[in-house]
Amino acid sequence: MDAKTGLFYVFALVLLVAAFKVITARNPVHAALYLVLAFFQAAAIWILLKAEFLAITLVLVYVGAVMVLFLFVVMMLDVNLDGVRKGFWKHFPLAATVGVLIALQMAAVLMGGFRLSEQPKSTVLAGQPAAQVSNTKELGKLLYSEYLYPLEIAAVILLVAIIAAIALTLRERKDSKYINPADQIRVKRGDRVSLVKIKPTTAAPVVLGAPEDKKA
Amino acid sequence: MILTLGHFLALGAMLFALSVIGIFLNRKNLIVLLMAIELMLLAVNMNFVAFSYYLNDMAGQVFVFFILTVAAAESAIGLAILVLLFRNKSSINVDELNTLKG
Repeated sequence: MDAKTGLFYVFALVLLVAAFKVITARNPVHAALYLVLAFFQAAAIWILLKAEFLAITLVLVYVGAVMVLFLFVVMMLDVNLDGVRKGFWKHFPLAATVGVLIALQMAAVLMGGFRLSEQPKSTVLAGQPAAQVSNTKELGKLLYSEYLYPLEIAAVILLVAIIAAIALTLRERKDSKYINPADQIRVKRGDRVSLVKIKPTTAAPVVLGAPEDKKA
Repeated sequence: MILTLGHFLALGAMLFALSVIGIFLNRKNLIVLLMAIELMLLAVNMNFVAFSYYLNDMAGQVFVFFILTVAAAESAIGLAILVLLFRNKSSINVDELNTLKG
């Protein structure tokens, strides 16, 4: 058993334990943190498989962005923990049955088909000089030549996700003094100034002198 | 003892089964349901990367790249819907979301 196999077993064990804690954690914050641990272990296993770019992307995108979003949402919502946990083990028999069924099916497929694929084929052919090929470079070449059109579609999907997330959660303040610019531009003179015709009135003649005399 | 493709496929299968069990268990907590879906996608990605390495084909890694993109968009929109739901109903229990049921 070489070092790589030992590392694989360590990472796989921690990954499975973290996944188990994600689905059984009492507090959603703990579940999110265990999910971060699971993503780190998966990134380590991908590095064992010589997929460095995807491993780093997993850490940056998932741990850096998606899980932080999860944590924000978990902490923003005031979830009633006791109500959420009520009847947690009620579904366990069904869940265990389905899980064991899936595991057995996959085991049947694995036993039948993949026992003999032992040796990983090396990236470099035997006759050629051992030039180290960068995984990132290879992936980039493929992405920007053969998969250019799917890449554009992926970018559009991300744009749609941004707009949808903002449009769904945007909430206008009731007390804001915001003025609609379109209304401001469309305003006419008549909306602001109104001329009113008033009959000219003459001021009553003011008599200088003692008003008491007139009254009397 | 050398690492075979079967090791990684078995790990992916176990992870997938665990997240299916998680979906059944956390019927009342929509946040943990979303996390279980993320774990499922991770298991699938693990298989893709393993096949890409053992069959010496970069297309598998390209596919994982696109899965990561779509999964990030999915979780962003899912969490936005979750926040909206919590604002309107003050609950994230899946069983209480039966407004459309006749």
